[in-house]
Amino acid sequence: MLTVEGLRSRYGRIEVLHGIDLHVDSGEIVTVVGANGAGKTTLLRCLSGVQPVSAGQITFRGEPLSGVPAHRRPARGLTQSPEGRQIFTNLTVEENLRLGAFLYSDDRVEKDMQDAFAMFPILREKRNLAAGGLSGGQQQMLAMARALMGRPSCLLLDEPSMGLAPIIVQQIFDVVSGLKALGVTVLLVEQNAFGALTIADRGYVMETGRIIMQGPAAELIADPRIREAYLGI
Amino acid sequence: MSEFLQFLFSGVTVGAVYALVALGFTIIYNASDVVNFAQGEFVMLGGMITWFAHAAGLPLPLAALIAIVATAALGVAINKLAIEPARGAPVVSLIIITIGASVFLQGAAQLVFDKQIHSFPAFSGDRPLRIGGATIQPQSLWVIGGALVVFAGLWLFFTRTLLGRAVLATSNNRLAAQLVGINTNFVMTLSFALSAGIGALAGVLATPITLTAYNVGIGFALKGFAGAMLGGMGNPKGALAGGFLIGLIEALTAGYLSSTYKEAAAFVVILLVLFFMPQGLFGRKSTERV
Repeated sequence: MLTVEGLRSRYGRIEVLHGIDLHVDSGEIVTVVGANGAGKTTLLRCLSGVQPVSAGQITFRGEPLSGVPAHRRPARGLTQSPEGRQIFTNLTVEENLRLGAFLYSDDRVEKDMQDAFAMFPILREKRNLAAGGLSGGQQQMLAMARALMGRPSCLLLDEPSMGLAPIIVQQIFDVVSGLKALGVTVLLVEQNAFGALTIADRGYVMETGRIIMQGPAAELIADPRIREAYLGI
Repeated sequence: MSEFLQFLFSGVTVGAVYALVALGFTIIYNASDVVNFAQGEFVMLGGMITWFAHAAGLPLPLAALIAIVATAALGVAINKLAIEPARGAPVVSLIIITIGASVFLQGAAQLVFDKQIHSFPAFSGDRPLRIGGATIQPQSLWVIGGALVVFAGLWLFFTRTLLGRAVLATSNNRLAAQLVGINTNFVMTLSFALSAGIGALAGVLATPITLTAYNVGIGFALKGFAGAMLGGMGNPKGALAGGFLIGLIEALTAGYLSSTYKEAAAFVVILLVLFFMPQGLFGRKSTERV
């Protein structure tokens, strides 16, 4: 579904991605784990078209994405829930969700919103409040729900567990693994390697702009090097 | 009593013009957090282009339409040529760019047109209407009506349409707006076109009363800015109320104190608002948890 070949990207003169190769097949949950600063967020920014690509190729559902501006990518089914819960703080929860479906104005929008409320009931309670007043966990739920309103076939999730209490993290990861049943393919970027590998089918390990290891998630969890470097076991 | 009513009429009339300018500020501010100080030049261009086209023999409604469309196009050009290339620069830099655009437009108007003061006929004649011992020009009703209609349109746009909310979303978080599929460049183009068009409309409606010249823009921009700040920057309701209030304060100052102090009134208001109520009358307090 999503193929990345030889992807390079730079901030000014400093290259931060030195040739990334990865692929996500339809229906999979794939995770990219790695320490802070490994380039995981930059990778997702390239996929969404908000970060310039200096070399390499991104192919989504058989078509190259080069030259497709960021705002056209959600219409193709590629939607991102960005790092740091980038919600619209001065709009209400409901307005945030409605804007998630900015590209659509059919009956399904209302149905999707009810589904989002069913997934995160707290959002229904707070639907008329300004999103900036939500707690961190609620903001993360809103960011994910908003991305799902865009009807993605492939959801890019950037650090959904960042800065959240363990019980909320568990809830978020439960929702992510439930997306499979909804037919949404997921590329999950996480520092929380253990949590991410637990729910993923396959994983990539990223270090300073390169993929240094890859394989089925269960194998990565069992790998002694991973356990030592990322799982703290 | 009739004296007060007379001041009230003239205050509401000029206040309606300020309200239109303030509404123009609101749109661009909502889309980008930029205070566009070239807003007053749009008012000037609306008046000057209408006068020019009318003097060249076109009927007044057509001349006015040309002025509004041409000014909207100029607004788009400013965005494309001056604001968009500087995207990513701090908001303060963008505001300084709009001041530059204002100076440029004023200079260009002086070259393309001239340095004289101009006007064109009022839309519904010059016979004043008598109300309660005071008089009001029919053109005043056009100005007031124009401000109310534009306000209603904008209020509906921002609160009832998805595109209106997309404009608000773009200023709140440009990255997130792109990620949900909003074409943020288009939002900027749209807001500059709307804002310039509304400014030009203000110029078209007001010129038969206030007259126009290449250098009237700055005054409108400052008074409109004062109105927008008083009402709470970014809120159409605030822009409308703030614009009218500035007009009233000015007219009452001129009437009961001295017209010498008239110009100072708006600036005293700006200072007081910034000191004691930086959010303005209708501005929402920003509550954000991180």
